[in-house]
Amino acid sequence: MYRTLVLSCVALSMAILSASQSRGDDVVVVLAKMIITVSGKPIENGAILCKAGKIVSVGESSSFTIPAGAIIKEASVVIPGLIDVRTCVGLSGIFNVEHDSDQLESSSPLQPELRAKDAYNPGEELVAYIRSFGVTTIHTGHAPGELISGQTIVTKTVGNSVEESLIVDGRAICATLGESSQKSGKQSPGTRAKQMAMLRALMFEAIEYRTKTTKKTKETSDKESEDKEPADDAIARNLRLETLVEVLDGKKALLITADRAQDIATALRFASEFGISIWLDSAAEANQMIPQIKEAKATVLLHPSMARSSGERESLSFQTASMLQKNGIPFAIQGGFEAYVPKVRVVLFEAAIAAAHGLTRDEAIESITLSPAKILGIADRVGSIEIGKDADLALYDGDPLEYTTHCIGVVVNGKVYDGEASD
Amino acid sequence: MEFSLYPANRRTFLSRSARIAIGMGLVDPGSLSTAEAYDAEETIAWKNAKIVTANSPTIEAGSLVIRGASIVDVGPVDKVVVPPNARVVDAAGKWIMPGLVCTHSHVGGVGAADGSGPIQPGVRILDSINVREPGFRRALAGGLTTLNIMPGSGHLISGQTVYCKLRYAGKGPSTIEEILIRDNDGKPIGGLKMANGTNSQGESPFPGTRGKSAFLVREQYIKAREYNAKVTAAKDTTDKMPPRDLHLETLVEAMQGKRIVHHHTHRHDDIVTVIRLAQEFGLRVVLHHVSEGWKVAKEIADSKFPCSIIVLDSPGGKLEAKDMTFKNGRVLDEAGVRVGFHTDDWITDSRLFARSAALAVRAGMNRDKALQGLTLAGAEMLGLEDRIGSLAPGKDADFALLSGDPLSVYTRVLETWVEGKKAFDLANPNDQLYAEGGAGAGSELNPFLCCFAQPWQLGETN
Repeated sequence: MYRTLVLSCVALSMAILSASQSRGDDVVVVLAKMIITVSGKPIENGAILCKAGKIVSVGESSSFTIPAGAIIKEASVVIPGLIDVRTCVGLSGIFNVEHDSDQLESSSPLQPELRAKDAYNPGEELVAYIRSFGVTTIHTGHAPGELISGQTIVTKTVGNSVEESLIVDGRAICATLGESSQKSGKQSPGTRAKQMAMLRALMFEAIEYRTKTTKKTKETSDKESEDKEPADDAIARNLRLETLVEVLDGKKALLITADRAQDIATALRFASEFGISIWLDSAAEANQMIPQIKEAKATVLLHPSMARSSGERESLSFQTASMLQKNGIPFAIQGGFEAYVPKVRVVLFEAAIAAAHGLTRDEAIESITLSPAKILGIADRVGSIEIGKDADLALYDGDPLEYTTHCIGVVVNGKVYDGEASD
Repeated sequence: MEFSLYPANRRTFLSRSARIAIGMGLVDPGSLSTAEAYDAEETIAWKNAKIVTANSPTIEAGSLVIRGASIVDVGPVDKVVVPPNARVVDAAGKWIMPGLVCTHSHVGGVGAADGSGPIQPGVRILDSINVREPGFRRALAGGLTTLNIMPGSGHLISGQTVYCKLRYAGKGPSTIEEILIRDNDGKPIGGLKMANGTNSQGESPFPGTRGKSAFLVREQYIKAREYNAKVTAAKDTTDKMPPRDLHLETLVEAMQGKRIVHHHTHRHDDIVTVIRLAQEFGLRVVLHHVSEGWKVAKEIADSKFPCSIIVLDSPGGKLEAKDMTFKNGRVLDEAGVRVGFHTDDWITDSRLFARSAALAVRAGMNRDKALQGLTLAGAEMLGLEDRIGSLAPGKDADFALLSGDPLSVYTRVLETWVEGKKAFDLANPNDQLYAEGGAGAGSELNPFLCCFAQPWQLGETN
């Protein structure tokens, strides 16, 4: 009886849904043989009801009443929309030419003031490409390659303007240790020691700036309360230092790209000196630094599983994700930045490799859904299939991690989008 | 076919060291003592495995019997007679497939032609390979047994490629000579690397346009034709023989079909240009990468040239690859093109070579054809199909033992056998390191990809 109802509804919805997108105020029902909620137990033969962009109901489909006029999507397996915890997509484009490469500004080694939202192109075709495999949220921004290359944003993989899709503005600033942010010849930084001297000097400058601005703010407010005149000796606003003050105050995260064990150690030393928590980015040799990372309570945004084991990443391992998992270190698997090919990596594929090398299937899925949501501070909105969260779902015709499975549809903010190309 | 290979019976008799010695011209095959010739003649039989033979339907419960360096028999368990002296291994629940053949690899820290010019066919990559480079053992961990090691694509003609067998059992090789694949005369076999499109363009003396690229190539082949005419006319008369030209004689080999041309090409019009020039000069070409092959599948099929394709996780990275798609293998295969895959290692990881075929299947490619694309099709593209690429009596005992379906992400390569010797064993911690990664498993240097790639384009600088 129920199956008949479902099938007829599906047939109807197929006819209505000839276009790839549904309307924003649509009611969407997703039926699946298996719903992997990530936050709770998996649900067999389940249904998810989405209204006004949010998940309003999750449960077994047998106890479900499908609202009239609802758009119905069927899948074998449904998981939360995937989250890429560290990418440059949207700043870095498919053609990889000057025209579409805004991920790295090399005029100066220290530019924390560069905002990702001023550089992100939501219409970049690779954003839609990764969405077609189930990625619904990305933490994207400036690339590794300068000592401080700029900021990041958290955004959904939809929308015509960054404002429309933005979740968090200025989430982190990006620093890079090691060879890729070193300069040749007489330019600085040319060594690891110089890198740290420059970073530390900048941080102390920021601390002084904070002291001065805090004091001045207090003086100004005292003075204003007397005569309401603006102070003529106001401290000039410094966007660079202001950004670092936000890092010192914990309002922005400091993401440090460091692959070699020695650079990871340096990053942890820096964090400890300034009393800040950091995100270790890429961290190829985290597999040799587990106790230190654990003790420092650092978070790891782990390099793609299929990153190349050469250069500073020569000692990376397919097992690193599993080692982090077993040691209780907070981590998520990233798509990362690729300077050449593949121009963007799909976190689904990267997590799948980790699942073949020590992570369980559930742990691998968590590493690209709820774990990154928690790290990015957006777990109240995304990362799991729960009532009240954003209706962001990824639909598959089998085990999402298997090579030959297909993503057959994606829901973002309650709207239905196409899965991967099937022509 | 111009390449003469060891007859199967002779291969069976010779130990690896004996064959290497012959290859190096140190020993006359007739002078080997019987004891030495038979020193590796153990017979081993794997039973109850699911066997992908690559040239006949997959066997659900099969046996594979090897003796020395060669395959003796393969077939359903009830049809294969296991010799009484054989060591029998129960492989129930496991899969066996031919050793994977990568038609396009940069393993070994290699480089051939340098930045001095766009056409350097006389330069041999075998003079630059570091056999101790960990990339070889990582390739074994992916089930690979044969590699075509190529120079990069930054030249119109970047030098001679070389076909290698991963003879890494035990301590592994000390010199490149130990892993070369040789013809009957002991001469190493390899192809010629060519490229068109943007990689091989650059500042003078490199061409700046596609038209100039084609012109420079045609000019050289015409020179080579004239050079060959002089050589032929001189016959054995020394005083009439032109001075030996290593570049031109290599191009002559290509025009005679003795040296297969492995041609990097991406865009549909560049692919068609390769076909045009190959037909003009009678080249035996394998089309490599072929990102837009799906747009000219009929034209490629008509040319009868095979395609060795790369599968990448996303399109782009350069303009020529913007329309790259998982469906390429399916479309080409359905049009009648012979399709193989390659790693382009380090562009993709040899340990995950089977994944390339799996992604093609994801986009609809026939499963058996995709498995052939990792094995027999690759062997054909190297002209080695009489010797490797499928599991059949008389062929080299090159195979991978797998925990399951080769096209599943969860499947692991358990063992890789090369010419009857176990060259990779996942149960061995030393080998496991290369399969998983960690300190010592990686490559300190990125490969030398003269001349198109700047460090910033490749991300990880050194």
